[in-house]
Amino acid sequence: MMRMLPLVLIAISLAAGGCATATTAQGGAEPPGSGPRGLVVEPNADPYPSTYTPRPSRPTLIRNATLLTAAGPIIRGGHILLEDGLIASVGEGDIPTPAGAVVVDAAGRFVTPGLIDTHSHAGDYPAPGVAALSDGNEATSPVTANVWAEHSVWPQDPQFPRILAGGTTTVQVLPGSANLIGGRSVVLKMVPARTVQEMKFPGAPYGLKMACGENPKRVYASRGPSTRMGNVAGYRAAWIEAQAYRQRWDRWLRDRSGEPPTRNLGLETLADVLRGNILVHAHCYRADEMAIMIDLAREFGYTIRSFHHAVEAYKIADLLAREDIAASMWSDWGGFKMEAIDSVRGNVGLVHAAGARAIVHSDDPIGSQRLNQDAAKARAAAAALGIDIPEHEAIRWVTINPAWALGLDDRIGSLEVGKHADVVLWSASPFSVYAKPDQVWIDGALAYDRAAGAWRTDFELGYVPATGGSDR
Amino acid sequence: MKRTHVIRLLAPALSTALALVLATSPAAQSTAIAIVGGTVYPASGERIERATVLIRDGRIEAVGANVAVPPDAERVDAAGRWVTPGLINVVSQLGIVEIPLSAGPTDERANGQNAIAAAFRPWESFNAASPLLAATRNDGITTIGIFPAGNLISGQHALVDLGVGPTEAMLRRAPSAVAAQAQHAPSAGTASRGELLLKLRRLLEEARDWPDRREAFDENRSRPLLATPADYEALQPVIAGELPLIVWVDRAAEIDALLRLARDFGIRLVLGSASEAWQRADALAAAGVPVIVGGIRNIPDSFDRLGTRDDNAALLRRAGVTVILVSDSYGDGTHFNTRNIRFEAGNAVANGMSWDDALRAVTVAPAEVFGVADRVGTLRPGLDANVVVWTGDPFEFDTRAEVVFVRGVRVDAPSRQDELMERYRTLPPSYR
Repeated sequence: MMRMLPLVLIAISLAAGGCATATTAQGGAEPPGSGPRGLVVEPNADPYPSTYTPRPSRPTLIRNATLLTAAGPIIRGGHILLEDGLIASVGEGDIPTPAGAVVVDAAGRFVTPGLIDTHSHAGDYPAPGVAALSDGNEATSPVTANVWAEHSVWPQDPQFPRILAGGTTTVQVLPGSANLIGGRSVVLKMVPARTVQEMKFPGAPYGLKMACGENPKRVYASRGPSTRMGNVAGYRAAWIEAQAYRQRWDRWLRDRSGEPPTRNLGLETLADVLRGNILVHAHCYRADEMAIMIDLAREFGYTIRSFHHAVEAYKIADLLAREDIAASMWSDWGGFKMEAIDSVRGNVGLVHAAGARAIVHSDDPIGSQRLNQDAAKARAAAAALGIDIPEHEAIRWVTINPAWALGLDDRIGSLEVGKHADVVLWSASPFSVYAKPDQVWIDGALAYDRAAGAWRTDFELGYVPATGGSDR
Repeated sequence: MKRTHVIRLLAPALSTALALVLATSPAAQSTAIAIVGGTVYPASGERIERATVLIRDGRIEAVGANVAVPPDAERVDAAGRWVTPGLINVVSQLGIVEIPLSAGPTDERANGQNAIAAAFRPWESFNAASPLLAATRNDGITTIGIFPAGNLISGQHALVDLGVGPTEAMLRRAPSAVAAQAQHAPSAGTASRGELLLKLRRLLEEARDWPDRREAFDENRSRPLLATPADYEALQPVIAGELPLIVWVDRAAEIDALLRLARDFGIRLVLGSASEAWQRADALAAAGVPVIVGGIRNIPDSFDRLGTRDDNAALLRRAGVTVILVSDSYGDGTHFNTRNIRFEAGNAVANGMSWDDALRAVTVAPAEVFGVADRVGTLRPGLDANVVVWTGDPFEFDTRAEVVFVRGVRVDAPSRQDELMERYRTLPPSYR
């Protein structure tokens, strides 16, 4: 992949200018720093930066735990130490208690990394699901690469605390699948917040949402695309424009001569996909369509990070393994439309067994609360096919594999020294229907305690009866 | 469970012409089948260790630890296994909705008249050849309720055993209820919740008076009525208390209104969805109104459901309400994943319901409420042999339904999904 000019570097060069006001270059604005009021004409890679800060925390030692680390075999009777927001120690046996540490005895209980959902619309399609809050699909044009999911996120969505209470600490919020190219995703931490910026995962790469098949052709049936071939023509036209746009900008940024090209928000996002800075997430159900999308990506010189839904991934698991493309899947959703009728419960297990990167995702605010349960169903279905996948392997479907799909596997997704201390303490094996998260830490800070319950969003005050904590 | 309630449900309703009980057992084996050595959870009483379930001619002949196995009986070794009645999911559209979205017609709705379709019998178009049925029964679901949708009065509900077709051989009870909804005023042809409730009341009044008005209607001497004669005929068993009226409702305010309505007309009310029912648990228990809920939903996803909580089933049961569990939370629980009712039950247990109550809520409780407890829902001598042998706790993910009997016939043949997996088990696929 070409990585000529990472947009991150552009952002750094802009920082000296001290102004992040993005203004289009119509009528000849000037390079950064040279304008009368410091007008910035160049793309800013991070115009809505994260203001997330980890909550205060004390060192926390969890001992006597069964650990599914997503980085190796199961550890029984082990420990994990969370310190300064990071995992300071993890392994078999016990360690001396650091001064001032909170100690949690996890005898009989399980510890996993915080679960990660690659596919959520929380905040964009919040609860209550009224028209006034329906902000997940900019279904006004088949290509809306210009929209950013974060600009729709309502931090008061009651789904957020519930997702956290299910042990999920990081989610990718994607635009919906009405459009061929739906826009940019955003990666959020499940924390109480006044603004989306307070939830944004610092430094997380952006994603681009694309969609295959029935949805775009149904939504745009009257104006087109109305067929699958129309869909593909639509993607190709967009990428042709993006290639030309990228060339114009890369040349100008290199030479700094003449007027800068006019900015175009949608093409700016697509150009950054071509530069390798934005990860592609493609909603595709059918095997044959995924194969077309792989060729499409090759035609224009980008790669697909993950297919989403991918109910027929098992038919091309070998191709996905060869191309190193993840498949974000449900364990058993299917049949609700024609392109989903070949859904099988063995999908996740068959993809895993073929050596491809299997992910269990939700696309649903209830599923996002129980990714572990969906992984358990998928593991059971694999076993029924004679494919035995141990729990310490299957846990990867909801931890390190989604972390990879989000470009965050160097920071989250496994219990390893130096990684962010996003940790779940489960009442039992997370592969049991009866297991519940007892406690959840984000960056080493206790974010959820079942005895106290999750936080209540502003909306819930007065509208949603309080249930309080529960130790049931 | 209130004793009086059960007795009322089990008594005379079963023999009316409309509430036809179809319990014949075609093509059942004449030889005996003995499920031997398993832990039996009969749902009608305590579990029995190392027990035998003896099946003959499609019926359960004996259940117990000391049952003599006839020498010619076909033996099913259930050592280390759990044996339960086949599970019942009373809210499904299998067989009437094959693919819900953009793939041809679906058959769950009627046009009706004035949003009233009480005479609508969706089971008449039940597709016994749907490949989804095998995937469902292979997961231990042996009876489903065919549920109509839309309108104020959606239509009639029927129970179907997931045995081998044709449809007539699968019907368990048709109709088993009349289904209505008080969730969405526009679908009921009304502008507000209040108008919806008013319309429902007026309809029940007209249905109550119908036997005295038939003649006048036929002679063109009737004032205008809301519904058609066929609808009023279909509502007679509801007015007579022989069939329940299932009303889909969420908000506590409408639940109160429906309780008043049920009292005024003396009808047997069953609530469905019922997100805020926990707020009226005592009133529902006192009125003997059963409630159809899931065990998972906890999102206040509309202004009708702000009180949604995942321990609704547990709170209702604790107050003494008869709870029927269905798969109503996520992942298409009325079609493709009608089968997932067992995980809904497991989650209900995780959310505070007792395991025994959860098993009853997917077996004997729906059988009693819909008038088929003398045929299915428990493992007792004389009942039809809908029996499942599980590798473990049926509510756990890593448990499989190993052997499934419907009316004594073993039905666990591969589903379409099994065939697809077999084809693609190794790549490239084998096209045979």
